[in-house]
Amino acid sequence: MSDEARITPYRDGPLLVRGPFVLADQDGNEIEVRNRTIALCRCGRSRRKPFCDGMHKAVGWRAASAAQDPDGPLREA
Amino acid sequence: MAGGYAPHMPSAPTPRGPLSELVLGALHHAPGSALPAVALDHVGDPLADDDLHLALYCCYELHYRGFDGVDEAWEWDPGLLALRARMEAVFEQGLRDALAGWTPPPADATTMDLALRTIIDADDAPSLSRHLETRGTLQQLHEFLVHRSAYQLKEADPHSFAIPRLSGPPKAALVEVQADEYGGGDPARVHAKLFADTLRAVGLDDTYGAYLDRLPGVTLATVNLMSLFGLHRRRRGMIVGHLALFEMTSSIPNRRYATGLRRLGFRTKAATEFFDEHVTADAVHENVASVDLAGGLVRGEPALVDDVLFGARALVELEGRWARHLLAAWERGASSLRAPLGLRVAA
Repeated sequence: MSDEARITPYRDGPLLVRGPFVLADQDGNEIEVRNRTIALCRCGRSRRKPFCDGMHKAVGWRAASAAQDPDGPLREA
Repeated sequence: MAGGYAPHMPSAPTPRGPLSELVLGALHHAPGSALPAVALDHVGDPLADDDLHLALYCCYELHYRGFDGVDEAWEWDPGLLALRARMEAVFEQGLRDALAGWTPPPADATTMDLALRTIIDADDAPSLSRHLETRGTLQQLHEFLVHRSAYQLKEADPHSFAIPRLSGPPKAALVEVQADEYGGGDPARVHAKLFADTLRAVGLDDTYGAYLDRLPGVTLATVNLMSLFGLHRRRRGMIVGHLALFEMTSSIPNRRYATGLRRLGFRTKAATEFFDEHVTADAVHENVASVDLAGGLVRGEPALVDDVLFGARALVELEGRWARHLLAAWERGASSLRAPLGLRVAA
């Protein structure tokens, strides 16, 4: 395992976080993490935020994995 | 399951026809015993035949836990393996025939996740999870869990056979998924253990193999599919595709099953944790399995593209047949098992 966290946006899906990290709310309270790799909600529709629960599929949410081009189309393929 | 997690050896099941009679009869003798010749032309639906799939299931079980009182050397007995190969050929031909009209979507390493999604989008099977979420009865929930026990009490094991057949990034991806399945080092969090907790919490038997005699061929076929793919190195693409699609279609149904459990009054953590855990764990796994594992495999071995997609499509086919069987039985007011829970299975 690398000594730094690695965050990967997956196409049309969540942000996966691997490596050493701490997940805490804005008051500093740690949020329990059970598994070494976690998926953070990116579409806003999860009912288990900040974690992904797969709802992006039900709503057909779309986003590329690579960084979005600010001059590109509003919705990327 | 208390104490030191000593593996429970299931009892051998009751035969259902000439094939399972031959296999189960042989297992009572010493390995190396010559098997009598047997024809396979009595087999009905190769994707659901009770006798074929129980016989295959028993051959495969020798590679997992074995059976109480059966010599462990049967696992590699050449005579039994030869019979197993003939049964596997019937099963695989049945899959090929069922998917004869299907063309794999175009895919490469960078589009594998999209190709797998088109297979899911084309699935028109009725939703078992939606039924159990909103209106399934307690008896139907029990039956669903009994069907699933054939796989969930050895959850992840068939896919683990693929680990030594992979290398580099797809191997790391598979192990990343499997590590979660096996509890990340905590035996209490092993997914098969969480499923056993659910069975007990709803009043069912969590003993490995306890319900084997009740499970119809259409259910055993869904587990045999994984063993067929997992035990043969040459089918490594298929087991990878199977796992990817399994993970991609897991988090939303598992949330529905958890809701169904709570609706029927099972609100303890022991009852629901298996399903709750799968909602968030599989939201991770679906990405790892489709992009890093399946995509990663075909990056290194492009010739396996169609195998990966076939494994995924075969899963959809058998899960769909299984779901239709359950819902059709319930629609008739009948049990979806070979004998309803509470009644003895007729030999």
